[in-house]
Amino acid sequence: MQWDIVIGLEIHVQLATQTKIFSGSSTAFGAEPNTQASAVDLAMPGTLPVPNEQAFRYAVMFGLATNAEIGRRSVFERKNYFYPDLPKGYQTTQLEQPIVGPGHVDIDLADGSTKRVRIHHAHLEEDAGKSLHEDYHGMTGIDLNRAGTPLIEVVTEPDMNSAEEAVAFAKKLHSLVTSLGICDGDMSQGSMRFDVNISLKPKGSDTLGTRTETKNLNSFRFMEQAIAHEVERQMDILEDGGTITQETRLYNGDRDESRSMRSKEEANDYRYFPCPDLLPVEIDDAFIEDARARLPELPDARRARFKEQYGLNDYDAGILSADAKLAVFFEETAEYGKDAKLAANWIQGEFSARLNAEDKSVAESPITGAQLGALVVRIADNTLSSSGAKKVFEALWTGESDSVDAIIDAKGLKQVSDTGALEAMVDEVLADMPDQVAQYQGEEDPKKRKKMLGGFMGPLMKASKGQGNPKLFNEILVRKLGG
Amino acid sequence: MHNKSVAELSRELESGTISSVELTQQFLDRLKTEDGKYNSFITISEEQALAEARVADEMRAAGKANVWTGVPFAHKDIFCTNGIRTTCGSKMLENFIPPYDATVTANFKAAGAVCLGKTNMDEFAMGSSNESSFYGAVTNPWGLSNGDKRVPGGSSGGSAAAVAARLVPAATGTDTGGSIRQPAALCGITGLKPTYGRVSRYGMIAFASSLDQGGPMARTAEDAALMMNVMAGHDPKDSTCIAQPVPDYTSTLNEPLKGLRIGLPKEYFSDQLSPAMEEQVRNAIREYEKLGATVKEVSLPNAKLAIAAYYVIAPAEASANLSRFDGVRYGYRCENPKDLMDMYTRSRAEGFGNEVKRRILVGSYALSAGYFDAYYLKAQKVRRLIQQDFLNAFREVDVLMSPVSPTPAFRQGEKNTDPVSMYLEDVFTIAINLAGIPAMSVPAGFVDGLPVGLQIIGDYFSEARLLNAAHQFQQVTDWHQREPQ
Amino acid sequence: MSISRADIEKVAVLARIKVDSEQVSALEKDLGNILDLVDQLSAADTDSVEPMAHPLDAVQKLRPDVVTETNQREAFQAIAPATEDGLYLVPRVIE
Repeated sequence: MQWDIVIGLEIHVQLATQTKIFSGSSTAFGAEPNTQASAVDLAMPGTLPVPNEQAFRYAVMFGLATNAEIGRRSVFERKNYFYPDLPKGYQTTQLEQPIVGPGHVDIDLADGSTKRVRIHHAHLEEDAGKSLHEDYHGMTGIDLNRAGTPLIEVVTEPDMNSAEEAVAFAKKLHSLVTSLGICDGDMSQGSMRFDVNISLKPKGSDTLGTRTETKNLNSFRFMEQAIAHEVERQMDILEDGGTITQETRLYNGDRDESRSMRSKEEANDYRYFPCPDLLPVEIDDAFIEDARARLPELPDARRARFKEQYGLNDYDAGILSADAKLAVFFEETAEYGKDAKLAANWIQGEFSARLNAEDKSVAESPITGAQLGALVVRIADNTLSSSGAKKVFEALWTGESDSVDAIIDAKGLKQVSDTGALEAMVDEVLADMPDQVAQYQGEEDPKKRKKMLGGFMGPLMKASKGQGNPKLFNEILVRKLGG
Repeated sequence: MHNKSVAELSRELESGTISSVELTQQFLDRLKTEDGKYNSFITISEEQALAEARVADEMRAAGKANVWTGVPFAHKDIFCTNGIRTTCGSKMLENFIPPYDATVTANFKAAGAVCLGKTNMDEFAMGSSNESSFYGAVTNPWGLSNGDKRVPGGSSGGSAAAVAARLVPAATGTDTGGSIRQPAALCGITGLKPTYGRVSRYGMIAFASSLDQGGPMARTAEDAALMMNVMAGHDPKDSTCIAQPVPDYTSTLNEPLKGLRIGLPKEYFSDQLSPAMEEQVRNAIREYEKLGATVKEVSLPNAKLAIAAYYVIAPAEASANLSRFDGVRYGYRCENPKDLMDMYTRSRAEGFGNEVKRRILVGSYALSAGYFDAYYLKAQKVRRLIQQDFLNAFREVDVLMSPVSPTPAFRQGEKNTDPVSMYLEDVFTIAINLAGIPAMSVPAGFVDGLPVGLQIIGDYFSEARLLNAAHQFQQVTDWHQREPQ
Repeated sequence: MSISRADIEKVAVLARIKVDSEQVSALEKDLGNILDLVDQLSAADTDSVEPMAHPLDAVQKLRPDVVTETNQREAFQAIAPATEDGLYLVPRVIE
């Protein structure tokens, strides 16, 4: 049987505010356990929440960037459940009246087409703390530093039909929130977490199947794997004549396994009701216009500009504009390097490969765009050969020196482009290789001649101690050998 | 000194006839010898009180004293007090010493007042007789001479009994459905529930967030006004606290009442009220007529639904508010929990008393899937109808007057086996909380030697007018000066 | 309106309050009586009435995004039932 895959996403985006959504505690990552948990965050008796204006500003910016209606009047509700990392015994969230209403995002697919994914709504809520399951005499440790960190939860319509589309949407959303500066986008620290709702239906059917929710995926790769895994699992069940249980599942990316998180017997009843400690939040025109004025250039606009301003092709422009930090890095490299295409090649090549190899983000790069730009300048003006450029890049990366020219000098990587000196070397080498010269000159086939030319390059590079400009050597050779 | 009002004690301190340390010591000594009869305090904070008194005396010597500097009082044990145990009447918080102050606590500290300790209360403010306290029932000072152990009302029964017994001149209270007014009435003192949002709820342990309001309990309206001057005002830590200017509540106490339009809600003079109680209330209203007020009957047609709406909304909010008492970060945790579920369910079963558990369960039920619309949403709509009734009435009159409670203080054990009969104690007070308007209880006579309270209800933010009306009444009557034997 | 034993047991689990069967019987009566009282609401005509969540028709004030809290872990954990290495300890959580 043929199946249609139907995917909807819920994405938790941690907002990059200084303080928590309902208290003045710092949200900085990495502090000692419970040192950023105030009386309000700990739900001490009698304490009360006061919402953070910046969280609303960021949510409104998100709404504007996703073509969404802004909730002029939003209401916090209590979602009641017990969990040790949820201090109040309820999560303060929005349900009936969220801050961001229906919107949409367009994604690009590999076949060059674009697809619109509708966003049902996005609401503000508080994050929970963390449970540490290392052994504390058989007990679990609770760290509430994260409790109360502001989140927007973005809920899409079930508009995606493959893992590729879901990942494309997730990446687009990542690109959006980092470009907006409302989220640091650091997935390894849980700044963005994905829940994936998946169901299957017979191809062409109008009726949606029963869905499962796979929770808390924190990388694009795991998300892709988890979707593939769940689609296969459901397909196996359905093709064996079974039925899908509506449930929440946990995916283990390391083992490519999933399991049910809660049994039906414990089905939760969250008993939502409007939080009586908080009043309705009204967003007026001035607040929206202020948020609009703060909107930076968004990825789609940046992509168009990169094509226009730097003459990049659509693919390069797409990659370099998607990540806000990478885009800034590229523009700095291009500014200092003068040659935007060369800059683009180096960033997508050596630079990205190195970041990936060391599992670093752009922000963690040991070299700056200005340094890479200086390297680009020396490649463009023929000071460096490509092998020399790689050596300079290596030295910059490892911190041997922060000056491209100093590295070139210290390592003697400057290419010899003095035609007189190069001609003398060519003469010497040709004099030492009379047989090969005769062979070359006797050859009629231009392809073969071109290949034979390479036979002289090795001795020439040796003679120049690797510093001769290969392009110039080539020119001189061709001239001296008579075409 | 123990018979003097806050205003009088303030003058004594000002004149130098007594220091705050001496005064505080006198009150503490009396408290320690007398409170055995009433059990009105859960914690006496002698050491901190004397330290505060010493600071007050220093402030006075430095010429920096105000009305409250060095005057003793007490807090209901629902207000968090930094470094002083705060139990909320529950086993759950038997060892809870908050490292922070409620805003009301901080305000009294800033004013220089001396807190003698924390008064007894119904557990988590849920009750109308003070019999649900984990720290034992409170005995009403009235009726005790006949050997009758009567309830002081609740939930602020400890504060009411302590003030009536002259153990403190004044105490804070909180009122969610009548918890200041009903004990004030049953103990023959003066109590005010302010407009919702007038007094900060920060650090005041929540029962039902949209109904809870802190307020003063004292022997005179003048003292209640002095307390309001300290308690009222905007607090950035409480989102529901309203930023409206706070008047000097003492400045309008002496306004004449001529022309005051009084409305009598006919639903509050029903057959639920005993004829003897009604007579006392009507006598009090006649005093107002003598002072130049006019009286007319008004109607609050939806008032009869107030108890039903309240017993959905208050338990629903409480069910969530009390989820934080889970044995994880503070408060009671059961012995040797075998797993997480066991820790939760036993800590809460052992830490909470029966009335609290009943209300958590009712509230959880009312909010659960399938019942939300029929209970919670319906109750919120009825709440709107009740509010509209009051707003309509205040188009015709300035204040409403009624009894506070259907009967005077009843005997301990008389009603605490039947929750619903206890709930009906608040039949005349609960609608006021739902509407969020202010109301007072003023001593207005006696039935069988037990105090009767007159309720004065006002429009939003009309506390000054209520205090004025109560003060003028107290200039021509002496019910509030009567002392239990 | 009455409430069944099963409902009481379900709600007790939601509210994380342990009840034994004797208590369920007492609760059946008490909660039933309370719900009877509450059922008076159904008589009210509320067709065109807006629900009232707060007494005052006020809107929320927002707080500037400025850190105002300092580390008070020691004071808070001094009153905690069980802590270690700055963490609150609870019986093992199984997801």
